[in-house]
Amino acid sequence: MNSNQNKGGLKRVFSLVWKNYRIQVVAVVCLILFSALANVLGSTFLQTLIDQYITPLSTQANPDFGSLLKAIAGMAGIYLAGILATWSWARLMVNISLGTLNDVREDLFSHMETLPISYFDTHAHGDIMSIYTNDTDTLRQLISQSAPQVLSSGAQIVFVLVSMFIMNWQLALVTVVMGGVMLYASRFISSRSGRYFREQQKQLGAVNGFIEEMMEGQRVVKVFTHEKKSVEDFDEVNDRLCDASTNANKFANILMPICMNIGYISYVLTALVGALFAINGMFGMTLGTIAAFLQLNRSFNNPIVQISQQVNAVVMAGAGAQRIFALLDTPSEVDKGIVTLVRAREENGHWVETQEYTGHWCWKHPRPNGETQLVELKGDVRFDDVNFGYTKKKQILHDISLFAKPGQKIAFVGATGAGKTTITNLINRFYDIQSGMITYDGIDIKLIKKDDLRHSLGIVLQDTNLFSGTIMDNIRFGKLDATDEECIAAAKLARADDFIRHLDHGYETVIEGSGDSLSQGQRQLIAIARAAVANPPVLILDEATSSIDTRTERLVQEGMDRLMKGRTTFVIAHRLSTIMNSDAIMVLDNGRIIERGDHDDLIEQKGTYYQLYTGKLEMD
Amino acid sequence: MLKVLLAQIKEYKADSIKTPILVMGEVVFDILIPFLMARLVDDGINKGDMQTTWLYAGFMLLCAIIALVLGGLSGKYAAAASCGFAKNLRDAEFRNIQNFAFEDMDKYSTGGLITRMTTDVTNLQMAYQMVIRVAVRTPFMMLASLFMIFSASARLGWIIVVILILLAFVIFGMMKLVHPIFMKMFKKYDKLNEFTQENISGIRAVKSFVREDYEIDHFDTTSKDIYNINKKAEKLLVLNQPVMQLAVYSSILLICWIGAQQVVEGSMQVGSLMSLFTYIMTLLMSLMMFSMVFIQIIMSMASARRVVDVITQVSSLQSPANGITTVKDGEVQFDHVSFNYAGDPADPYILEDVNVTIPSGSSFGILGATGSGKTSFVQLIPRLYDTTKGSVLVGGVDVRNYDLEDLRNNVAMVLQKNVLFSGSIIDNMRWGAEDATLDEIREACRLAQADEFIQKMPDKYDTYIEQGGSNVSGGQRQRLTIARALLKKPKILILDDSTSAVDTRTDQLIREAFQTKIPNTTRIIISQRVSSIQDSDMIMVLDEGRVAATGTHEELLKTCPIYRQTYEQQQKGGDFDEQ
Repeated sequence: MNSNQNKGGLKRVFSLVWKNYRIQVVAVVCLILFSALANVLGSTFLQTLIDQYITPLSTQANPDFGSLLKAIAGMAGIYLAGILATWSWARLMVNISLGTLNDVREDLFSHMETLPISYFDTHAHGDIMSIYTNDTDTLRQLISQSAPQVLSSGAQIVFVLVSMFIMNWQLALVTVVMGGVMLYASRFISSRSGRYFREQQKQLGAVNGFIEEMMEGQRVVKVFTHEKKSVEDFDEVNDRLCDASTNANKFANILMPICMNIGYISYVLTALVGALFAINGMFGMTLGTIAAFLQLNRSFNNPIVQISQQVNAVVMAGAGAQRIFALLDTPSEVDKGIVTLVRAREENGHWVETQEYTGHWCWKHPRPNGETQLVELKGDVRFDDVNFGYTKKKQILHDISLFAKPGQKIAFVGATGAGKTTITNLINRFYDIQSGMITYDGIDIKLIKKDDLRHSLGIVLQDTNLFSGTIMDNIRFGKLDATDEECIAAAKLARADDFIRHLDHGYETVIEGSGDSLSQGQRQLIAIARAAVANPPVLILDEATSSIDTRTERLVQEGMDRLMKGRTTFVIAHRLSTIMNSDAIMVLDNGRIIERGDHDDLIEQKGTYYQLYTGKLEMD
Repeated sequence: MLKVLLAQIKEYKADSIKTPILVMGEVVFDILIPFLMARLVDDGINKGDMQTTWLYAGFMLLCAIIALVLGGLSGKYAAAASCGFAKNLRDAEFRNIQNFAFEDMDKYSTGGLITRMTTDVTNLQMAYQMVIRVAVRTPFMMLASLFMIFSASARLGWIIVVILILLAFVIFGMMKLVHPIFMKMFKKYDKLNEFTQENISGIRAVKSFVREDYEIDHFDTTSKDIYNINKKAEKLLVLNQPVMQLAVYSSILLICWIGAQQVVEGSMQVGSLMSLFTYIMTLLMSLMMFSMVFIQIIMSMASARRVVDVITQVSSLQSPANGITTVKDGEVQFDHVSFNYAGDPADPYILEDVNVTIPSGSSFGILGATGSGKTSFVQLIPRLYDTTKGSVLVGGVDVRNYDLEDLRNNVAMVLQKNVLFSGSIIDNMRWGAEDATLDEIREACRLAQADEFIQKMPDKYDTYIEQGGSNVSGGQRQRLTIARALLKKPKILILDDSTSAVDTRTDQLIREAFQTKIPNTTRIIISQRVSSIQDSDMIMVLDEGRVAATGTHEELLKTCPIYRQTYEQQQKGGDFDEQ
């Protein structure tokens, strides 16, 4: 990430804030300026106090403090206004920063939901997650802390300089020169520490990776009595991290004391030069001016230290903003579909669209001539010379042609990498094919609105992906408005009802963190129930590869069989026993259909299927 | 808890002590500067004495330079001390985890252990650095400033003390109010993150069931919740700065009013008055910083607890002192063994009253449904868990009498959930025997039927295996892990469903190779596939933790209904050849 891109990110953040909170931002800027002004006025008040009150009063025999009290009361008024200004801008900033953060979060998520599957397949999930956690957090820091801090510090520096130059420009030069020295020193240290921080980040990554791998394989370590060796290996990466982080922290730690003490040197020099001027009667220097200058000197140095501390935060926020906008700029899934799914009833041999539930559905197909045609939803799926690759360079599927009549069961078998799973990505348009055509009830699926197409397809995937919530919630995932009775009926159909009832809380059992508390087989049963409640005419089943015990497997199989009844089904098989009764079996090899037919045909051919069946070839 | 943590400072004790000493030195010199400045004004400028002015200015400059050096050094030592402390914490955790028994591993999740060794340690590192630097600096600075104020004017000193106490009340009171709100928010935040995470990994399910709009609504509701809670906390927090300003400004005005009168009366000099402004600023700033450190320390408490948990976890399995180091032969005997993971006879048993003898050098198959106790059975042999009742004997000796390392070196186990590590194939094989030659490795791989596919890889035995072995297929991975176990040259070899992804023919070749090449090794094989165990010398069928039957394939077909049913069912879709 280069600095230009970072700047681009920052610019967009500010324009986003500006767009939504124009009035508040103007108010905040004014209030910050006023608050800084009040602070600086307070410092210059010292000059008035000493030169106009203390010194003259000291010479009077009976000093009258009444006028001093008035002056202090006036100053108190200014201070009070300053405090109110500070509180107001801070309060407004809460609205702006939290509001923006909430907007960004919601935009991120709602946009993410529209992104094509390819985005999730090509980005590490941890990286996407980090946008929601780390990057939005740096953004919050930028908006709520760094930006106002820099603005306030900057304003203070300007006001201090102005009043210094008005009071005595010769003495002001001392502060300015030392300010330059401080800025130079802090930039020097910051850039050094930045380099070591990157090194630390790298080593931290290495340690994380090592720990992750070893914890994952800890049981193997024990079985192989490899404990001593892995401690040795760990010490090596651990030492490297320690060195890198010591260096990084060293520079970060010395920044503050160095800046602060350069500030003190500046303070001393101001006092010295001021004293020289005063004693020698040069430039009209008074004691009050020196006092005010010393106070102003502090007010000048502190903001410089603060700004130098914010530099790193701003750079990090820039990089974070860049990643946030990269996600927001990723184009959404394109849907040019015009065909929709509607409820229908039959009248005199014609289909008529209707609002109430009839159990029948039709594709509503608007024709170019303005007419609309209703086509019954049956579940007839055809592939016509389909070619596909995830990237242009590497083609995965070659000239796939097949048809599945309503209610038929089509199975795909083949070795790892043959392209079986890819087929599940095409029918529901997770990916678009490069050439050829897939039709659904005679309609090119590219013409069908994606949501409606997906509503008409049920899917049970290898990765069951349950969600935190009750089992009931997870089944209802298939159909939002399903009643409890429908969900239970679906679970019964899927043969999941039995084990669910045996759980302590039955259907109300809460599944946490993608359902680790359930066995692989049980999770699969829930996934089948989830598809069953959606009740689609076409099903895509991707069998689980991991081994489930024979009894549960039989349940899963029964569940799947009952789900498949009366539906067009595409089965991605990892075990042959489950697909022998298919209407057609497609044997895939390197993305081509090399054999097709039913079980008996294929056994007769004595080809690849026969070899797989007899265990001479490995399938995954 | 603190004691455990402090014990990990070890070789960084010197740095840890140097830091606060240097910090205090820095504070002393910093505090002197305004004091000297007051003298410079009063004795130098006011009296027009150039020489005194130069003298004091020189002193001040010296103070500033010394403070700079001390401050810089303290920063350096603080970094070394805190980073070293973090290193030792990670090391202590890692070492102790290596001592964990399987039982202890079950208690923690992998993700949990990773967090305890990374994020939690980083939190502690920051807190430690804060403690030895800022937590020493700020109270000391406050005391020193207060002393200087009192010595200039006792009356002002008392007023400042009152303001300070009021301010401390407000700051800490606010923290008390805000802390629970933030805790509530963090919890919500975790929920939201979990929800997002599930949506990312389950995006195919979301899109397939067209759930996007519902998910977005749900997200927005939670996000809005967080917004509202956060706002409640921030509304309180923003009072911080104005309250601070109120304290600073009112102190300044009070100094103006009282100080001016004292100067006019002659009980204070102008220079002292000027230094008071500096001291009061320093004082209040220090209080602010101290409150921040305080928050940091509180936040790190949870991390400290989690880290200490890991360091102090006592392994539930200890190797006996002077344990037996040689294993006579590969005979395994279960003598009235009952077992559950809680190790408590009151809990339901996973294995109940198992009596079985496996002669040295024989092959032994185990069949049973999920949850029947197969894996538990074999895990007792290398003493990964201890029996709850009864005893397991290897080579005629109770496993609890062996030195743990020597026992496990003689019992090789290929786990069901098996793992390869990032590194070359040779690196992975050497887990079995550190000094194995390439020839020995090839021999083991030939036995496990892995040599053939390794030879087809472009880098052969130097092929780099990605983390978790993701760049080899499931069947290949299983064969590599078998070869790795063979390199141990064990007396007992256990395969826990380790050929499930291997095709039946290769599976058979592996078993044949065992039979001819390592006939003296006892082979215990768990499988879901009858074909993998049917030619074993003896087969045991487990059913809900009990031995349902033992015998040869032919005997069990006749006597054991579970065995027969499983066999017949697998025959239907199984080997065509035998049908």
